[in-house]
Amino acid sequence: MKADWATYLAMAALFSVLSFLSIGGAVSVIPEIHRQAVEISHWMTDRQFVDLVAIAQAAPGPNVLFVTLIGHHVAGIPGALLATFCMCGPACFVAFLVAQVFERFKHKRWRIAVQAGLVPLSVGLIAAVALLIARAADNDWKTLLITAVTFALTYWTRVSPLYALGAATALGVAGLL
Amino acid sequence: MSPDDFNDLFALCQFLPGPNIVSFAAIYGWRLHGIAGTSSALAGLMIPPVILMIIAGELYARFGTVPVFRGGLTGLAAAAAGLIIATAVQMAEPLARRDRLLQAALAATTFFAIGVMQWPLLAVLIVMAPISIAIAWRATPPSPPLVPRASQENPPEAGTRGLSP
Repeated sequence: MKADWATYLAMAALFSVLSFLSIGGAVSVIPEIHRQAVEISHWMTDRQFVDLVAIAQAAPGPNVLFVTLIGHHVAGIPGALLATFCMCGPACFVAFLVAQVFERFKHKRWRIAVQAGLVPLSVGLIAAVALLIARAADNDWKTLLITAVTFALTYWTRVSPLYALGAATALGVAGLL
Repeated sequence: MSPDDFNDLFALCQFLPGPNIVSFAAIYGWRLHGIAGTSSALAGLMIPPVILMIIAGELYARFGTVPVFRGGLTGLAAAAAGLIIATAVQMAEPLARRDRLLQAALAATTFFAIGVMQWPLLAVLIVMAPISIAIAWRATPPSPPLVPRASQENPPEAGTRGLSP
């Protein structure tokens, strides 16, 4: 997709803001990126969004890198770099500044309360991510079964989820889905 | 870096918003070797997977609609859904206790607002975060009283400590 300056600007603004809203990690802003990229800006379809998140899940590296794929889809390599930088840069810089004075307030009551208070919200956000991906990925009994088996393997065994991701991909490539 | 420093830094990066592994690497690199440490930590952490992602993005742009790839992506996405559901359940488990009903209700409300209603994240956080933090505040013991640090409040007289030039 060929991008104009307005698209770059919109992407930079979106990811810079989300950099500060991603409580408990980058994955928690997936629903908001979906809302902006799919519902509002129509940068991609629902299916494409979920494809990209799924590819990022299977790839090594920090999980924030799904934004690299989203940025790439919207605006090629410059978009990939811009999205990655805007998602990581601002929050990293603030973390760096706060790290210099963390010693002074790490035992303060408000610090502990803020951290504890954000936990339930990040749980709700991850659950929303799960619903978003499952709703787009599970269309029939076969995909539902794959989701259920992957859940079971990840939750109840210590088998790496990469095996499930690989096996599911292979089933699809073989034309069985 | 001592284990305590490491744990503190880890807690800080979980406390602050953002991609916490990336922040962690940046600050850890700084503590070891300043700007060179930060640059090399970030380069090592980010450059290889970013290149991989760009290659994956190029492949997706070119072959994303080819039936064989479509089939593979259908399977991959279904498996990824299972993986994320497992993560969500693991994170939710600690809230499933009788004395954490309020926290569970906050998580459920956030899930409903974002996942079901698809309301804007900023608006939801502006409402939910103060409520959740206030509830956590009540459950948090007061800050321990500041321990007077003798070395600072009673500075040693000149000459008593090693002030050799």
